[in-house]
Amino acid sequence: MATAELTLKDLDGPVDPDWCPGCGDFGVLKSIKEALVELHIPPHEVLIVSGIGCSSNLPGFIRAYGVHSLHGRAVPVASGAALANHALHVIAVGGDGDGYGIGIAHFIHAMRRNLNLTYIVMDNEIYGLTTGQASPTTTEGHKTKSTPRGNVEKPVQPLALALASGATYVARGFSGDQKQLTRLVVGAIAHQGFSLIDVFSPCVTFNKVNTYPFFKERVYKLEDEKGYDATDLMAAMGKSLEFGARIPIGLLYRTEKPTYEDTEPVLSRGPLVDQPLGLDQGTLAELLAETM
Amino acid sequence: MATEITVGIAGAAGDGLDRTGDTLARTAARLGLHVYTYNSYQSLIRGGHTWLRLRLAEEKVDNHGDHLGVMVALNQDGIERHAREVEAGGAIIFNGARFHCDPVLVPRGVALAPLPVPELTAKLGKLLPVMQNTAALGALLHLVGFDLEVTAEILYETFKKKGPEIIDQNIGVLRAGYAYAARTFPALGLEWQFSRKRRPVVTGNLMMALGAVAGGCKFYSAYPMSPASFILHWLAAHSEKCGVVVKQAEDELAVVNLAIGAGHAGARSMCATSGGGFALMTEAIGMAGMIETPVVVVNVQRGGPSTGLPTKSEQGDLSQAVGASQGDFPRVIIAPRDATDCFHSTVEALNLAETFQLPVILISDLLLGEHRSTIDPEAITGSVTIERGEWVTALSPDDAMNGGYKRYLLTPSGISPRARPGRAGLMHVSGTDDHDEHGILISDEHTNPAIRRKMHEKRMRKMDGVRARLQPPMLEGPAQAEVTLLGWGSTWSVIHEAAAQLNAGGIATNQLHFKYIHPFHAAEARKILDGCKRTVMVENNFTGQFARHLRAESGFAVDHLLNRYDGEPFEPAYIAERVRALLEGRTPDLQVAEHEAREMAYHHIRIHMHDKARPARLQPIAESEYGEPLWLVELIGRDDGRAEGMLLIGRHTGSMYGWHPEVPGVIRDAAPGAFETSLGLPPGADRPGTGSRARDERAH
Repeated sequence: MATAELTLKDLDGPVDPDWCPGCGDFGVLKSIKEALVELHIPPHEVLIVSGIGCSSNLPGFIRAYGVHSLHGRAVPVASGAALANHALHVIAVGGDGDGYGIGIAHFIHAMRRNLNLTYIVMDNEIYGLTTGQASPTTTEGHKTKSTPRGNVEKPVQPLALALASGATYVARGFSGDQKQLTRLVVGAIAHQGFSLIDVFSPCVTFNKVNTYPFFKERVYKLEDEKGYDATDLMAAMGKSLEFGARIPIGLLYRTEKPTYEDTEPVLSRGPLVDQPLGLDQGTLAELLAETM
Repeated sequence: MATEITVGIAGAAGDGLDRTGDTLARTAARLGLHVYTYNSYQSLIRGGHTWLRLRLAEEKVDNHGDHLGVMVALNQDGIERHAREVEAGGAIIFNGARFHCDPVLVPRGVALAPLPVPELTAKLGKLLPVMQNTAALGALLHLVGFDLEVTAEILYETFKKKGPEIIDQNIGVLRAGYAYAARTFPALGLEWQFSRKRRPVVTGNLMMALGAVAGGCKFYSAYPMSPASFILHWLAAHSEKCGVVVKQAEDELAVVNLAIGAGHAGARSMCATSGGGFALMTEAIGMAGMIETPVVVVNVQRGGPSTGLPTKSEQGDLSQAVGASQGDFPRVIIAPRDATDCFHSTVEALNLAETFQLPVILISDLLLGEHRSTIDPEAITGSVTIERGEWVTALSPDDAMNGGYKRYLLTPSGISPRARPGRAGLMHVSGTDDHDEHGILISDEHTNPAIRRKMHEKRMRKMDGVRARLQPPMLEGPAQAEVTLLGWGSTWSVIHEAAAQLNAGGIATNQLHFKYIHPFHAAEARKILDGCKRTVMVENNFTGQFARHLRAESGFAVDHLLNRYDGEPFEPAYIAERVRALLEGRTPDLQVAEHEAREMAYHHIRIHMHDKARPARLQPIAESEYGEPLWLVELIGRDDGRAEGMLLIGRHTGSMYGWHPEVPGVIRDAAPGAFETSLGLPPGADRPGTGSRARDERAH
């Protein structure tokens, strides 16, 4: 059911975001709305599943179906919903602590499965909702409430993990570049398979290191890089680890592979939620006969 | 009285014991008998000691009973460990070319049936070692009076795909074993009425899987964990046939969240695990309660705590199920009592989950989940009622004017009609934070005690609706009784049989069994229990978790706990004897029993002596330098029968104080002549070399 005149306004949620003014997550919310408008996807065909954290409040701020689930569990809840109804556009959202800390196992395994999901991680390199502890992507040396002598752990490399785990659409966005971010979200939602967008989404309150100026000085767009081939896995792997004076943003990698849903024979009969329930007497008798 | 016999098959994992047991069970089931099998196996792929018992009976049986009529030993260890359990009138079958049975191990009146397997099968080509089982099975069929042709038919079906040579060889070995036994040993004289009504041989796990698909489950997720894995295996194998998406996930966190995600999207979903996996699932079970998403979670309990006893049964997770997850939320806990009940309970669980939009925990255990029994095929049906609860498909004019669809509408029943994601106009967010009727959070910036109170009451109110639907507990047996036996879940049958034994022995006994654990029928239970003279709670755990639950819910404290926590299930006579002890005021004896001292000795021999010895005589010593009474266990070489030394085991603590190569002397009052054998034989009678005459006397 196409909604001819879908506008950004139609996607406004019942309440305004409670994020701090200037939070990077505003940019992500806007890009998701812009992408849905551009793709003409009516909001009732969208299910947005989040975990717990500042960024995981996002489903409440957009008019669509949503589940605001548990810390770290957005991806499996979204995966279950996607398998139950593959006619839905399922988008998982959350923060770096949610996805790369407590939920990292699900992150890796969902990519291995190439489920037809979009996963947008609002990566602020800090635990914001709990007022500023080191997160899985906090840089080395960063002093936080939980690392007063400076973080000694290496940050997780989500893009490299994604490439190594079989994600078929891997991108990095920046809330400070709305246009590019929207393009990446459009590409991710349109992509058949698991798409990851790791978004630099600065926490203006608790992260005084990875700020808008920090990123603005360092980021460059892959689409502007002459000769960069987003179908070259090894080239993407190289870019995925670049985090220093220069940090790439844009589409790192994309490939076409059968999705999990494509390979599940039961789903070839249509969305699971529309399939008949139960067993007829004959089938039950056949199943029982196996034991006799 | 209905005819029955219990056959024990002893061997190591890898001896092909399961296949043999399966063939025997199917034979009996095709003859129209009932079967219950109990397999006390170890968590080993190969090796270890396995002891499979099959109770074959004209009437329905749902526990392995108290008797052992025939033993089939597939290795030497099996003979040594179980020969003494065979009852008079029974027999011991083994491959006489490979093993011997020391007659001192054999109770009087038990026949030895050694089979010269190589001679019997000489003309059948080169045999795999496991084919001794088939010869033994043939001999067994003769002894118990079963129809050889029924088993031959099963073997034909089993080996059909492997070609005529393999079929002929297997059936040939079966016939050879049967023929040899028929001309060598008299049958045991059992009189059977074979109805020849074919019965399915099932497990509780299989019946849960069948109940799930019959009950409309469309999505099943799991992570491998014994003893729940069979449900995954069966559903995966039948996924296409039954139209169920089956997903193995990376851990139980994913498993339950996948099931909840699918349930939220509108697919009836279920997942299963055991205690450890269930512990990982608990946070999400609370989520299902909060966002009001239906999900069925099965816990097939095994022995705990922690990794515990992966291959042993226990009812140790009740408190975990009752207390799973933070805060208060509506949940249902159902504990089916037998395999047939597993089917119906699973259908019911799915219906309750969707009707009331809450998590339903089905609590089974290894015993119920894995052990095979026959069912009456007509006891289950494909045409079960599937209830999907209340749904909204379009936005009502009222809601349209009042801020949109109210996913969490405050209603008298507590049930708020659901909307399936994908329906136009009904967009909403389901949040684990508390929320208002629209699903908007009332937890962060703007908390609201009034909305919170009414929303919490709405959720919890659903429990009243569930309780009203469930069958309250009912007293079974005489209304007036000396003793009331209480139980829950899988122990119904064994308690039922124990009550029958007590009644037959003159102690009026009735039974009150609980299937619906939560919500609890506190008033109904209390009313029954207040009229009971003496109550005994029978539970397969240490602390009496159900007794505690009963007290918490109803204020009723049982008079006695009758617990078992050694990993083994109850037997009827075990319960009956302990009840008699309670009535006579005898306190339970927690000292190491003789058979336990023998098992401890086997453990020592396996770990420290490379299985080269076996326990011979056991001598109780009243006092010792260790400050407690002891068992002195004399060990002798398995091959030469020479004394190896003596093991000292504390009878109170169970401590293995040590190993003494000199048999007497270390214990003050242990004179060499004080040894008495456990069989009541004169000293030295169990020494190999002196028993050949006895063997001749007993062998046919």
